Amino acid sequence: MADISIEQVKQGNQQYLSFIMANEEYGVDILSVQEIRGWEPTTVLPNAPDYVKGVINLRGTIVPIIDLRQKFGIKTLEYGATTVVIVVKVTMDETQKVIGIVVDAVSDVFSIEEEEIRQAPDFGHGTDLRFIKGLANVQDKMVILLEINRLLGSAILPDPETLNRIIGNLEQQAQVMTA
Amino acid sequence: MDIDLSQFSQVFFEESIEGLAIMESELLKLDVAAPDPETINTIFRAAHSIKGGSATFGFMQVANYTHLLETLLDEIRDGRRQMQPDHVDMLLLSVDLLRGMFEALMSQAEFNDPKLSELELRLNHTLSNQPSQTQSVSSPQALSGSDSKALCWQIDFKAGADIMRCGNDPMLMFAELASKGTLTTELLPVSLPSWDDFDPEACYLHWRLRLTTDEPLEKLKEVFEWVEDECEISYQQMEAVPSADAPTEMLSPSPQAEIDAPAAAPEVIALAPEVQTLSTDKAAASQKQNAVAAKSGESSSIRVSTEKIDMLINMVGELVITQAMLGQIGQQDEINQESLLLLQQGLEQLASHTRDLQESVMQIRMLPISFAFNRFPRLVRDIGQQLGKKVELILKGEDTELDKTVLEKIVDPMVHLVRNSLDHGLESPELRLAQGKSETGTIMLNAYHQGGCIIIEIVDDGAGLNTRKILEKARQKGIVGPDEELSEEAIHQLIFKPGFSTADAVSDLSGRGVGMDVVKRNIHELNGSIELKSEAGKGSRFTIRLPLTLAILDGQLIRIGKHIYVVPLVSIYESLQVPTNRINRLSDGHELIRLRDEYLPVIKMYREFNHDADAREIKDGLVMVVDHNNEKTGLLVDELLAQQQVVIKSLEENYTRIPGISGATILGDGTVALIIDVAGLVKLAGIGSSNEHAA
Repeated sequence: MADISIEQVKQGNQQYLSFIMANEEYGVDILSVQEIRGWEPTTVLPNAPDYVKGVINLRGTIVPIIDLRQKFGIKTLEYGATTVVIVVKVTMDETQKVIGIVVDAVSDVFSIEEEEIRQAPDFGHGTDLRFIKGLANVQDKMVILLEINRLLGSAILPDPETLNRIIGNLEQQAQVMTA
Repeated sequence: MDIDLSQFSQVFFEESIEGLAIMESELLKLDVAAPDPETINTIFRAAHSIKGGSATFGFMQVANYTHLLETLLDEIRDGRRQMQPDHVDMLLLSVDLLRGMFEALMSQAEFNDPKLSELELRLNHTLSNQPSQTQSVSSPQALSGSDSKALCWQIDFKAGADIMRCGNDPMLMFAELASKGTLTTELLPVSLPSWDDFDPEACYLHWRLRLTTDEPLEKLKEVFEWVEDECEISYQQMEAVPSADAPTEMLSPSPQAEIDAPAAAPEVIALAPEVQTLSTDKAAASQKQNAVAAKSGESSSIRVSTEKIDMLINMVGELVITQAMLGQIGQQDEINQESLLLLQQGLEQLASHTRDLQESVMQIRMLPISFAFNRFPRLVRDIGQQLGKKVELILKGEDTELDKTVLEKIVDPMVHLVRNSLDHGLESPELRLAQGKSETGTIMLNAYHQGGCIIIEIVDDGAGLNTRKILEKARQKGIVGPDEELSEEAIHQLIFKPGFSTADAVSDLSGRGVGMDVVKRNIHELNGSIELKSEAGKGSRFTIRLPLTLAILDGQLIRIGKHIYVVPLVSIYESLQVPTNRINRLSDGHELIRLRDEYLPVIKMYREFNHDADAREIKDGLVMVVDHNNEKTGLLVDELLAQQQVVIKSLEENYTRIPGISGATILGDGTVALIIDVAGLVKLAGIGSSNEHAA
């Protein structure tokens, strides 16, 4: 996150774009978001993992599209009117890549101060949770802030089952937090 | 006055490297016995502009070195010195060294090649008019005593206050002095004016310079010619060992007398290497400063003739007119028959202009193949000398243009082929005479366009391939069965197999692992092909066929289920429907088709790609026969669609490599289609390379 604007440094807060997936609200740093598009059919890539839906032509650039539900191992949902593709810029192996992620719907843009972000609880599975930046409370909702570079950048994601459990646990956590 | 020169250094590097290429090619053309004055002039001019530029940019190592070359060339040019073969050798080696220096400068690295000091000594030695028979001078000691004219001068230089304002930079003058010998500079204490009177543009400095040189005093004075009225300059001849406290002695103002008076030369020389290190350190420091800009622009720029740019500008002008015309039609309230006609005309114009524009833009990337050919005269000369062979190199079609990216990648395979021709192809002069051939062998490089491709031929009139030896070797290696008989052509193809070398002994030049298989693979990676024709005793001819550009590809669109792929047209032989009676199933499940007298394996693309497909059996679909390393393979597809030129886009930019796919392109409707990598697909399907089933 090299490019943070001056105001944000002054205020010590960052803006996040939040989106909904399986009734859960997630946030990504808005500076990594390039644009938001509707779902459009993709060109399927041979022998790609399930969560890679294919590639699209984004004004002359070939951009892969990743279904975040599938990446997380959540049951897939038929793409509908609210389904959106968030095109993000991520840094992988020191090069910048543009990738689209399919989510159920976009929700909001909000500012969170650095000290408001709580560490994700340790679930004791020895699982690498570095792709979760932390948890934040926004208007009595819990938002899971994602470290998008790590999430898309490598195969650090735990297997879908563990991940599912973690997300379930996070939900319980949220209920504790909002209670 | 403070201009950041580093922004121009990239251009300077490019020009200098071009200059070096000119020097090299002219040197190779040079007839030592009767040198053409114009050729020597050209070489001199190239060296001169490199020297001038490098001094301006502060690349003192280059400047000092080119100064030596320039002096030598100047003497030859003026007829003061007779050209000798040794000179050409030295100059060619110098070109190599300078290339190395520029490469080091561009990558901000230090340049320490031990050859530099050796060659520098050799040049100095030659310049000091010693007989040049003693070819290499390896130690500085060997020189002592020879360079007896070297003198040490102490120059006190008090700059006039206005010197900078008049555009004279003492630094440049010192650099010029440094190019005449070894220079040390010392800044003498000066009294600066009070802050209120201080003029930031004025120069208040006073230097003491010590120069060890064999140039006459007049030459040194020339350096300060422009400023001698404004500055206080005094020249003193020094004792041989210049030290700050050494007593100095004023000279009488008649310079001619002193020049002939020899100083205590041995000591001067002994000291020189030490001082030299000082000046190289300085050069290294300025290298670092200037290379910053160079690093980013390395070889990513291109020099384009203004003619091509003019064409582009014209084309864009036309496009703007067409756009205005279409805009006008668009503003009309109603569309009638007449405006519809105009609209159609406009659109046609637009299409034609867009096509022209695309062509012109592609033209910008096109460079004449002489950029690749130029290195061969030198290569052939050096290797020919090394092997004791007499060779004449003929270059044809040097103006043939091809894409920069292709050009850069074709050089290595070509070098390999030419080396092969020299090493294995051409016979020794004695053998040639014995065979009734002329003593001098010829190697011809020829480039020409043929139907959207560029053809490069490498032809020699040497011995040709030794089919018997190749077959023997192949039997030894088990590539060919002991009783298997092959046609001559099939035997020739064997040299493209990995690990195949027919050289009797591993020579210095070839046969060290990198073989023709690598050449072939490199050419295939460029979507090209290579053919070989050889006749015993007459010579060999390699024909490389390449696409003109790597950015655009002639493709055949194919359909598998609902997926559309592009297959490069160059790798397609033919497409056909195969009747059931020509399909054979092997026990391992692989299927073969019989095509004339060949059996080809068939890859079911839907299976390799995990796709749905209409045709799941060979008889239901079309088999497209593709070429991979001269081995034919069938691809099962549902349907052939249009043929069209496609612009290649990278998949790896935002995703990763996919086996069997070389890239992507965007079709007319804006959707993405993937381009098939035939070699990768064959590998993916696990079809071994030994699939010849000659019937």
